Amino acid sequence: MKDVRAHAGFPIKPVYGPEDTAGVDFERDVGRPGEYPFTRGIHRHMYRERLFTMRQYVGFGTPEETNGRFKYLMAHGQDALNVAFDLPTQLGLDSDDPRAEDEVGRVGMAIDTLADMEAAFAGIPLDRVSVSLTINGMAAPITAMYYAVAEAQGAAPDRVVTTPQNDILKEFVARGTWIYPVEPSLRLVADLIEFSARRYPRSNPVSVCGYHIREAGCTTAQEMAYGLAIAAAYVELMLARGMAVDEFAPRLSFNFTAWGKVFEEVAKFRAGRRLYARMMRERFGARSPKSWMFRSLIGGGGSAFTAQEPENNIVRGAYIALAAALSGAQTIALPTFDEAYTIPSPKAQLLALRTMQICAEEAGAADTVDPLAGSYYVEALTGEMERQILTELAAVERMGGIVEAIRSGALQAEVARQAYRYEQQLASGEVPKVAVNCHVGEGAAGAGREVELYALDPKVGEAQVARLARTRRERDGAAVGRALARLGDAARGPANLMEPILEAVKAYATLGEICQAMKDVFGEHEEPVKF
Amino acid sequence: MKILVAKPGLDGHDRGAKVVAQALRDAGVEVVYTGLKRSPEEIVQAAIEEDVDVIGLSVLSGAHVPLARRVLEGLRREGAAEIRVVVGGTIPPRDAEALRTLGVARVFPMGTPLPEIVAAFTGRGGASRPKEARTP
Repeated sequence: MKDVRAHAGFPIKPVYGPEDTAGVDFERDVGRPGEYPFTRGIHRHMYRERLFTMRQYVGFGTPEETNGRFKYLMAHGQDALNVAFDLPTQLGLDSDDPRAEDEVGRVGMAIDTLADMEAAFAGIPLDRVSVSLTINGMAAPITAMYYAVAEAQGAAPDRVVTTPQNDILKEFVARGTWIYPVEPSLRLVADLIEFSARRYPRSNPVSVCGYHIREAGCTTAQEMAYGLAIAAAYVELMLARGMAVDEFAPRLSFNFTAWGKVFEEVAKFRAGRRLYARMMRERFGARSPKSWMFRSLIGGGGSAFTAQEPENNIVRGAYIALAAALSGAQTIALPTFDEAYTIPSPKAQLLALRTMQICAEEAGAADTVDPLAGSYYVEALTGEMERQILTELAAVERMGGIVEAIRSGALQAEVARQAYRYEQQLASGEVPKVAVNCHVGEGAAGAGREVELYALDPKVGEAQVARLARTRRERDGAAVGRALARLGDAARGPANLMEPILEAVKAYATLGEICQAMKDVFGEHEEPVKF
Repeated sequence: MKILVAKPGLDGHDRGAKVVAQALRDAGVEVVYTGLKRSPEEIVQAAIEEDVDVIGLSVLSGAHVPLARRVLEGLRREGAAEIRVVVGGTIPPRDAEALRTLGVARVFPMGTPLPEIVAAFTGRGGASRPKEARTP
């Protein structure tokens, strides 16, 4: 009989029965939805009361172009935004910085000053739309700009719902938009969490991401283990500042993927929710049930999408949506079928949105809570995933804990090793991939020529640089200088940097200037190159 | 055979670069990896200092054409045009042609099987062995 294994590595049996769930204490381990340990989901009625939010990742070119695409998706039923920034913005470089050449507006929207953020959200009421900001190293200043726009719109602070990603630890492992060394980077994460918890109570000031680490190559169990370890590191950071766990933990959120085997993914989330609830209650002493809840954006998974026969990715996307819905996601975002080639076309974005809508409205995935509960297979798999995640957490501890494992590069090396192993499994056919290593059709490789490619308009860079020059001319230069000096001084001391950053932002200091003021104090991260 | 696997520009996606680096190393190729966010000028300098035969650029941001152009220009300027440049990443078909016109020896777009990349450098085990990517 064929040997079948989970992505986490353990064997999957051909048949499961009551004997496989004999060790499960249903009251203790599974429980009821909306109750500790939340294995079945964080809300009692889940999608029957509130469907998952659909939040496609969007951003390109100038803030005006991105604003147009936001409105296009909202007109088709998307109820929340998920903003992509270009690489110079993510790394704190202005659009006129020589290092930003050829990168302005390419993989996301360019933001240099508050003027750009005002243009990006013109006509979008920030007290009614929830917005994720995919920003990490520059999360503090970009979120400050967002808060400033909300304030200027007259939005009440307790009506502003935004989720800056603000997860710098995973950037050191995957995705790579780190700027400062580990310690000051963590300080900025904590500054934003603390400031937001006190001033913008409905914001989610960090989205802990296992997702990107998985995309970089790790297994399902490692994705959850690393995410939980990173979350614990942030909790410890806030506790060390003297905050009570229930002051900030209710607004911690997560971003994970679900591109693998559907049942393994569901088991991963069920196990992850239970482990997180136990960690927050038992290890950190949280009393508020909201602090125990693993609230998740589930989606992405572009690494599973292929250049060969790209239309097949539409089908893969539907399975990701199904896995995410069966996993109890609060929010879903799908990669688009043209992902291997280009940033998404409007048609590909709309298809992804329609996929989620069909999953919810037609396929019945949202009809009842945690429909796979009680399945011999899924309950056994949930237990096995829990054991695998605990094994991976122990491995992180052997590396010196998550922060040390990242600082030394040991975690990055492990992720790269897994990525290589996976690629070897693809090459050998051990992991099947349709139209890539099995069922390969004739002419499949050429099918990508049908994809509509996004072409960066060279005028985007020019327009952005021109607006930046205008802003620099029209602003009060002395006020900018004072604000930046104050930020530098504050960075040398222990105070929360959000107030001085906000002051600089409102004076129309550029992102590059704000970034540099802190770089002068903090220095830059040196990557431990290991593979 | 010695290769510098390099990440030019601002793109932080290094899965592909690290996978290829490991595969080439296992195939007996001497591999040096730059780490993230290197300027084309830094990459040219590193290639000369390390005395490599090939530079492998990995780009997933879409900026592959201008970045490859700057590396090739830098090599010519430094009198190191004998170092061959190959490019991998999210390279759409229309850009693969543009890269070859610039002087890129070989393009490995998304979806290229790993054994095909390894064979290009070792000359082993592939019907798709490219003449142009052999050691000069």
